[in-house]
Amino acid sequence: MMANGEDKRAGMDILREAAELTLVLCGDWLLRNDRPEFQQLEAALIAEPGVAVIAFDVSNLGEWDTALLIFVRRCRDLAQAHGVPCVLDGLPEGVRNMMRLSLAVPRQEPVADAAAPDVFTQVGDQVLRTYRGLDNYCIFLGQLLLALRALLTGRAQLRMKDFLFLLQSTGARAVPIVCLLSFLTGLIIAFIGVIQLQKFGADIYVADLVGVAMTRELGAVMAGVIMAGRTGAAFAAQIGSMQVNEEVDALSCFGISPMQFLVLPRVVALVLMMPLLCVCADLVSILGGMVVAVSISDVSVVQYFNQVENAVGLNDFFGGIFKSAVFGVIIALAGCYRGLNCGKDATAVGLAATSAVVTAITWMVVADAVFAVSFHILGI
Amino acid sequence: MAYGDYTVMNALDFTVKRGEIKVLMGGSGCGKSTLLKHLIGLEQARRGQIFYDDALFDPTAETMERVRRRFGILFQSGALWSSMSVEENIALPLEEYTDLGAKEIREIVDFKLSLVGLSGFGHRYPSELSGGMRKRAGLARAIALDPEVLFFDEPSAGLDPLSSLRLDELILQLRDALGATVVVVTHELASIFAIADSALFLDAETKTALCDGNPRQLVDDPAVDPKVRHFLNRGAEPGMDVNG
Repeated sequence: MMANGEDKRAGMDILREAAELTLVLCGDWLLRNDRPEFQQLEAALIAEPGVAVIAFDVSNLGEWDTALLIFVRRCRDLAQAHGVPCVLDGLPEGVRNMMRLSLAVPRQEPVADAAAPDVFTQVGDQVLRTYRGLDNYCIFLGQLLLALRALLTGRAQLRMKDFLFLLQSTGARAVPIVCLLSFLTGLIIAFIGVIQLQKFGADIYVADLVGVAMTRELGAVMAGVIMAGRTGAAFAAQIGSMQVNEEVDALSCFGISPMQFLVLPRVVALVLMMPLLCVCADLVSILGGMVVAVSISDVSVVQYFNQVENAVGLNDFFGGIFKSAVFGVIIALAGCYRGLNCGKDATAVGLAATSAVVTAITWMVVADAVFAVSFHILGI
Repeated sequence: MAYGDYTVMNALDFTVKRGEIKVLMGGSGCGKSTLLKHLIGLEQARRGQIFYDDALFDPTAETMERVRRRFGILFQSGALWSSMSVEENIALPLEEYTDLGAKEIREIVDFKLSLVGLSGFGHRYPSELSGGMRKRAGLARAIALDPEVLFFDEPSAGLDPLSSLRLDELILQLRDALGATVVVVTHELASIFAIADSALFLDAETKTALCDGNPRQLVDDPAVDPKVRHFLNRGAEPGMDVNG
């Protein structure tokens, strides 16, 4: 019954007649109003022994909503706890019907939480989880290699249209943001460099600083970090959403390998596009450095580019490009792996995307460290 | 109603009376759910107006939130918030819009869950429930605030026959006991005949409503458009050309 106009105060009287305890309800029993304390009834039951039945009188009851329903249910539960029948006959028909509906399906008792495991069990569980995680990752890599073999032998199940779209989204569409951030990075490095080098009258070496730093190291790293945030997260979210909607299961049921259809084109697309993005990052950052060098020092444009040409060797340039291709593999694998292992709800998709970015950046830094040491040993 | 250049429905004119159960019916893709989205303000009609209690319903107005609080909405998939447990889902509107204490909110949540046959499932997360259970939990959330107007989008879809029957009974009780006005989008004939006071038949071909009336009378009324009788008779209308 919906409330209209001004509410009347909800009230309750408890009448004892022989063995019957009658609850006389009056006023508007609405959630937004103050209602009588339930403890009154509890106290009455204790104070008045020998109660054989609890009944209701609602002749003066006004408006009501869920407030009355939960009150009646409390009364019923309390009566049951005292072994006293609670007669609902006196209640409005709507209340009786709602009570009947609410009692129609028995309560499912929650399974008691198991006792917290001891520290050894927790450590063991964690070790097993880590082992299973590594195991899954190895299986994933193995499946990817098989998919790659299928690609090389021309038997891979991938759609050229999807692949071209991925090339566009991971390549051309990423160029503006990669260029912008690389330009600013080149600018910052040059600015810091010029300020320091001017103290020694060695302004011209800012070209060496920007050129070598960007081509050898930062161009690939910048492109990698940007693509991890942009594309790695997108891969995880796309494939994760497909998991939630059972689209991945549908692919498997049609005999289409998700590894070949979803993972392989993403990995290949990113491996192909990352070196190009790295070249963009290198060139644009050198331009950014030039802007600073020319504007706040005595270095001319020609001097700057001659110096860059002398300072940057092909090994620096191709070393950076090689790294970017490896970063591409890392980003694509992290995104696809997290997506395929996503849970079944929206939160899980968010976690998969976050996890993909963190995993990709972590492994990129590890790989970069390995490259730094390896290049040093190989004299590159 | 239109999406871009595509007109979904036009020339709609109908009334839902207070305390009535109105069914929006019609074939798949005819625009039932789109109409519902317009009624609750999630979409805005290109032309035309909607009135609640004679007041213009303007989805862009600042007072919109207050009007929407009078609504309870069950979405097609339940639309539970996945980061919250079922009981948290139901408790959220109570915490936001009432001054009730935590204990009372818990009691209300328990009661609403018992109404939809999910007593004891409150601690679970949506991902741990079946599709039908998610839908019922969504219904418990929709009725948490004892809304004046309830909107149900395909409430019976995905439910087993008993749950579906129970849901029909609950809709009737919500109307009878709490005086709620109910708008239901469905094409389940059993539900339509069980609960509808009146039904609006939407037609995808003509992009408008073909009739509005009590489905139990429409089913045999020779004056009613044959498409409607065909629909209500599950295609068994004698002499009806299926291709219309």
